[in-house]
Amino acid sequence: MIRELSYIDVLYLIAATRWTLALTAIAFMGGGIVGLAIALLRVSSLPPLRWLGAIYVHAVQGTPLLAWLFVFFFGLSIFGFTVSPWLAAAAAYSIYAGAFLGEIWRGCLQAIPRTQWEAGASLGLGFTQQLRYIIVPQALRLAIPPTVGFLVQLIKNTSLAAVIGFIELTREGQLTTATTFRPFTVYLIVAAIYFALCFPLTQWSRRLERRLHVAR
Amino acid sequence: MTYSFQFRDVFAAWEFLLEGLVLTLELSLVTMAVGLIIGLAGAAARVYGAPWLKRIVAVYVETIRNTPLIVQLFLIFFGLPSAGLKFDANTAAMIALSINLGAYSIEIIRAGLEAIPRSQIEAGQSLGLSPVQIYRYVIIFPALRMMFPALSSQFVLLMLATSVVSQISAQDLFHMASIIQSRTFRDFEVYILVAAAYLVLALLFRLAFAGIYHFVFARR
Repeated sequence: MIRELSYIDVLYLIAATRWTLALTAIAFMGGGIVGLAIALLRVSSLPPLRWLGAIYVHAVQGTPLLAWLFVFFFGLSIFGFTVSPWLAAAAAYSIYAGAFLGEIWRGCLQAIPRTQWEAGASLGLGFTQQLRYIIVPQALRLAIPPTVGFLVQLIKNTSLAAVIGFIELTREGQLTTATTFRPFTVYLIVAAIYFALCFPLTQWSRRLERRLHVAR
Repeated sequence: MTYSFQFRDVFAAWEFLLEGLVLTLELSLVTMAVGLIIGLAGAAARVYGAPWLKRIVAVYVETIRNTPLIVQLFLIFFGLPSAGLKFDANTAAMIALSINLGAYSIEIIRAGLEAIPRSQIEAGQSLGLSPVQIYRYVIIFPALRMMFPALSSQFVLLMLATSVVSQISAQDLFHMASIIQSRTFRDFEVYILVAAAYLVLALLFRLAFAGIYHFVFARR
C-alpha cells in the first residue's frame, strides 16, 4: 500500500469520469455517422447495397468489441502508424456503435408504412426527398427512446477502453486500486458513478417509450 | 507497406487457441443455463411476487443493467477477497457473467410475462388447470416463445462479452490470444484470427437458437 484511500481519490475518480463522457460523445458521433450510412444502405432499393449493410452489421455484431480495440491498438502499428489509445478507441467505438445504431435506425425507418413512401412517390418526390420530408421526420420520433437506451450501453462499454490504457473511469479505478490496495471500495465507487450516469438515462428512455405508446 | 502477414506462428499455437475456445464455450453454456434459471425465477418474482420481493428483484436488475460488466467482474474477482470470499479466475468469471446475464434475462422474460393477457389465465382456470399447469402451459411457454428472439440475441451478446473475462486472467479464447501475441508479436494476425473465431461462434449459436426455436416452439 502506498497511501490510504481518501476523499481525494473519490474526486480523482469523479474527474476521470469526464474522459468516459468524452469517449462516449466521440463514439456516439462517429457511430452516428456510420450508423446513418448503414441504415440508409439497409433500406436501399439496390440489393447489393442492402447486402453490404447486412454484412457489416453481422460482422460487427458477431465479434467482441474487445477484439476491435486490440486490432486497432496493437494491430494497426504494423502499417506504420503510431496509434494512440484515443485514436484506437475512437475508431473501434465508431465501428461498434455504427452497427448497433444502424440496426436501430433501420428498424425505425422500416416501421414507417410502405404507403407513406408511395404517397411521397405519387406526389412526385424522389427517393431522397421522400426520405427527408416524409420518412425521417416520422422515424425520428420512434428512434429517440431506443437511441437513448443504446447510449447507456455505450457509456458502460467505454469501460473496455481501460484495457488498452485509455484513462477513463475504470482505468482510474485500476490505478487507484494499485496505490491504495482497496479494490472493493474503489470498484464500488466506480460502479456507483456509472450507475449515477446510466440510471437517469435508462429511466428517461423508458418514459419516452411510454409516451410514444400513449400517442399511438 | 512492407509488412508481410505471417499466420504460421499463430497457427502453430493452435493448442492454446483450442484450450481457450473450450473455456469460452463452457463459460457461455453454463452462463446461459444459469442466466435462464435466474431469469425465469426472477421474472416470476418480479411480476407475481410480494411487493418486497418485487422491489428486491427490481434493485438487482437496475443495479446490474446500469453498471459495466468489467467493473462487476473486478468487484467479484479483486474486491470480494477482502471480504473473505476468494474465487479463482474462472469461477469468478462464471459468477459475474451469470449474475450479469440473469438481470438481462429477467427484464426480457418479464416483458413476455406481462404481455400474457389476463383472460388467458382465466381461461386456464375455467378449464380446471392447476396453478402449476397454468404457469407452465399458459404463461411460461407462450411468454418464452414471444421473447425467444430477444433472449437469444442477448445470449449471443453474452457469448461475445465472455472475452472480457480475459482481463481477470481467466483463460478463455481472448486470453490465449494475448499469450500468443506476447510470444510471437504477431498482433494483427492473432486478433484478426480470434475475431473470426468469435464470428463463427456467433453464427453457430444463432443457428442453434434458430433450431431450438423450430423444434420447441414453432411446431405447436
